[in-house]
This record gives sequence, structure tokens and C-alpha cells, in this order.
Amino acid sequence: MMAQDAASTSSTATTASQVALRVGDISKSYGRGSAAQLACSDISFEVLTGEFLSIVGPSGCGKTTLIKIIAGLLKPSAGVVELFGVRIESVPKDLSVVFQDYSRSLFPWLRVEANVSFPLDHLPMSKVERKDRVETALAAVGLAGAGGKYPWELSGGMQQRVAIARAIAYRPKLLLMDEPFASVDAQTRAELEDLTLKVHRDHGMTTLFITHDIDESVYLADRVVVLRRSPGRLMATLDVALPQPRDQIATREDPVFVKLRGEIARLVRAAALGDDAT
Amino acid sequence: MTTPVASHGSGRAPSLSGVAAGTTARARSMSARAAHVSTCAVRLVVRAIGSLVISFGLLVALLLLWEATLTGRNLFQFKPPSTILTTLWRTWLSGPPSHLFMTQAVWHDIVPSLARALGGWALGAIIGITVGIVAGHFPRARGYIDPVVSYLRSIPKAALVPTFIIVFGASEVTRVIAIAASTIWLVLMNTMHGVRTLDPVMRDTGRVFHIPPWKQLTHIILPFAAPKIFAALRVTLSLALKVMLVAEWLLTDYGLGFYLLDKQRNYEIAEMWSALFMLAILGYLLNVGFLLIERRVLRWHDGVHGRTEAQ
Repeated sequence: MMAQDAASTSSTATTASQVALRVGDISKSYGRGSAAQLACSDISFEVLTGEFLSIVGPSGCGKTTLIKIIAGLLKPSAGVVELFGVRIESVPKDLSVVFQDYSRSLFPWLRVEANVSFPLDHLPMSKVERKDRVETALAAVGLAGAGGKYPWELSGGMQQRVAIARAIAYRPKLLLMDEPFASVDAQTRAELEDLTLKVHRDHGMTTLFITHDIDESVYLADRVVVLRRSPGRLMATLDVALPQPRDQIATREDPVFVKLRGEIARLVRAAALGDDAT
Repeated sequence: MTTPVASHGSGRAPSLSGVAAGTTARARSMSARAAHVSTCAVRLVVRAIGSLVISFGLLVALLLLWEATLTGRNLFQFKPPSTILTTLWRTWLSGPPSHLFMTQAVWHDIVPSLARALGGWALGAIIGITVGIVAGHFPRARGYIDPVVSYLRSIPKAALVPTFIIVFGASEVTRVIAIAASTIWLVLMNTMHGVRTLDPVMRDTGRVFHIPPWKQLTHIILPFAAPKIFAALRVTLSLALKVMLVAEWLLTDYGLGFYLLDKQRNYEIAEMWSALFMLAILGYLLNVGFLLIERRVLRWHDGVHGRTEAQ
């Protein structure tokens, strides 16, 4: 329910306690000296507790670099990332990632159930609770009966559902999603988008969603951060004043939606033209 | 680093199993043709007979041809398969039912050989996998280990045996060490390669969920490397048999290798041939047994690559 409160109110003044994630002046370059490649530069934004924020930008704008830095998998060259006021030095607890490539993130030698409970197995909790969490998570993504299957026995969309179930069974405070639906068909994608919104609504966890799809970024989020490429830089942050719950047809017809996606598309195109000019 | 290739022209066992593996596809198409035959049971029987015919048909035909060629002739150096198999049966398999038909000679000729080969192989596997994990996981360790391995693995394995007998003495331990020393390398290379090529997304997944290091090793890294490790283990299993033979030709007085050489020196030709047949059978059975285990452990791997059996 926090999610709905956060929707369209993000422009109001925020106190520090409401900020879940603060990204401050992050830069990252690969390599050294003259061969150094700047992947992203001076990126700053905040995500509020319970908010759904999407980051959109063309490929090569450092989205994956950014998510790896936020997840603590990569050290930034400059800048800080704070999760609930604590500076991220290594992978923080309370954080979970849904990777783009489900086939490489799920373990093919484990059954679906074991994949979902894998991150829980070493956490202090009773067997009953662990089992309950796994079952609840699988039910939440509509895979209640599929626990005994292997991931490779499922379709791509189903596999990504398993990855989402694994992430929510872990009960993170911050959920990172790195282009999770980039490799599924359009119909499945729409289903998974609505599933993501439902999960966010039910669990109220702060969600950071990375995508290169402008429509998707607007459809899902409370706020959209637009990045430009080479190097990745923040271009704009836009509020999405669309009512919840979202609907695949009605929301996409909403004049607010149409205006926003146009606005973002223009920003992205202008940046691309600017790149060509230089 | 060179990619280790797990294919050797080593011995009889792998080539026989190669025939068996290649024929499952044809056996499947045969069963497809039998699909309209009403019951499942009939299909299964047809399928089993079909795969048996394909697996062993050529072998049986060759043995019959061999038999027919020698009928009515009395050659010194060749014996008909019937004589060879009778000798084999009399020597090793004519024991009492309570001993599973095994004779006392089995304990003298076969068990020591198997113990040496499997013991050496297992020792080589344990060392190879352990060092391979370290070398695969830590680039710095790999820097030291990789060149040494590349050099040592190119030594012809049989050359180790006489040398080791001088260095370690003519004991049972020496033979096992010699076999282990020849099987380590491929297992080590393949393990190192498998661990080193761990999918970065899987590694990140382990880190994101704070999986303890030990569990990352046993539940992520090792399963990921398992197909490559198993390929090496299968090849080195037949290599272990080869080196076992050489080890038994030097300073032993029991074991199948000794038996073979002993009979050859005494011109007991049927016995000599029967030892050869026994080696082929053992090699084949070991390989089949290994394949059964491998299929079970790596079921997921076949599944990922769409090679699961229909049933």
C-alpha cells in the first residue's frame, strides 16, 4: 500500500528517513590512463521507500554498470551509494536482483523449489518457515504447482517468474531488476509487467527497474530516470502521474502516458543526435 | 591456456561405448516405427532387442567369422573364440554360485588389478579436482600451476612406471601412485577450465544472495564444472587401465597384466587371449558403469541441451 502512497507524490519534499536508496555522483570508468573508458558519469538520484523507479536509456548508457554498483558487485570510480543511510561497500543484505538472463541466473541442476529456497537455506529460520516462504513466493508468481520441475523444463517467461519468486522469497527491502523482460515475447512481457506491479503492490518493496523500453519504463514506474549514453549521464527525472492499478490497455491510452513517452523519446533522440554531431 | 580435449584414442572400452552411444539415436527411431504396435511393453522389448542387436551385433558377427575361419585349422598363434571364452570361463567364472561363480583366481588376477586401477584413478581424481579448483578459482595460483601442468601432462604416462619403481620402490603404493600420476593431469586441466569459466551471472547470483563460500563451491562452482570434470574422469578411467597394465608388467607376480605377460612368455596362447578378452570386458563394464553414474548426475545437463530421454 506504500507503493500507492508514493505514486505521484514523489515531488513533495522528502526527509532523509524516506529515502531508501541514494546514488550520489556515481562515475565508473574501465581501464586506466588514456585507454580508460567512461561507462557512466556523475549520476545522482534517490529512490524513496516503497517507490517504483525505472531507469530508461539506450544500450551502452551504463545501465548494467549502474545496477552492479548499486548491488555492491562493482566499485564505483567516484561517488557514493547509500542504502537506508548506510554506504554500500560490498553486497548489502536486504537487496535482491532479478537478472536479465534467467537461464544463466537460475541453476539448471536445482529444481524450481530448490532454486527459490537456495538463498534462504543458510539464513536462520525454521524449515517450516522456509518452506512456507518458497510456497508463498511461487504462488505469488503463479507457479504454485511447478516446484518439482527443473528450470529448463519451463518456458522463458516461466523461468523469469521463478527468478522473481526467488527474489521475493528472500524478502529484500530493495529489489533491483536489470532488463528482466528483454528476452521474452510481447505477450509474456505484458503478463510479467503486471505480475511485477502486483508483487510490488503486495510486498511494498522499493523497486529499481532498468529497461531500454520507454513504454515499459512509464507503464511500471512512479518515476522515470532517463539516461543518455557515452558516457552514461542522467538527462531527466520525470514523475509518472498515472493512477494505480495500471492497466495494459487503459493506461497506455491515457493522455498522460502518451505525453510522457513522447517526452522521453524526444530526450533520447536528441541525445542520440547530439552524439552523432560530435 | 589450451582447452583440454577429453578425447583419447585410448583402449577398447571407449570405442565400444561410442558404438553404444551412437546407436541410441537409431534405437529411438526404431521405437518410433514401432509406435503403432499397440502396447508399451512390446515397444520396450523391441527397443531393447533392437539396441542389443545394434550394440553387439557386429561384435558377435566378427567373433563368428573368426570362429569359422579357424574351424579345421590348427594355428599356433590364433585360437577360436570358443576356446578363448571357454578358457576365460574355466579360469575365472566357473566358481561356486555362493561366490557368484567367481573362482579363486579372480582374487589373484582380477581384483588386485581393479583395485590398483580404480585406486590410482580415484587418487588422481581427488588431487586433480582439488588442485584444479584452486587453479581455476585463483588467477595467481593458476599462473604457477598452468605452465607446470602443461609441461608434465605431455610426458608419456607409461614412462612414469619404471621411474617411480626406482624412486618409490617396487611396492603396491608405487603402482597406485604411478596410475594416479598419469590420470591427474586431464582431470586437473578440465576442472581448472570448468571453474575458471564459471558464468559471471551465476557468480553474481551467489554474491547477491550472500551464499557462504563453501556452499558457492559445492552448489554453484562444482555443479557448473561437473560436465567437464566428468568428461575427464571418463577418459582417465581407461587411461588408468592402460597404466595399470604397464605397472603389472614390472616386478609383480599377480594381476591381469602379469597374467597376460606370463602366459605370453610360456606360450599358453588360449590363456593369453582369454586375458585380453577379460581386459576388454572389464574396460567395457567400467565404462558402462561410469556412464550410468554420469547420466544420473548430469541429467540436468542433458536436459538443458534438450537431450533428455522421452520417458
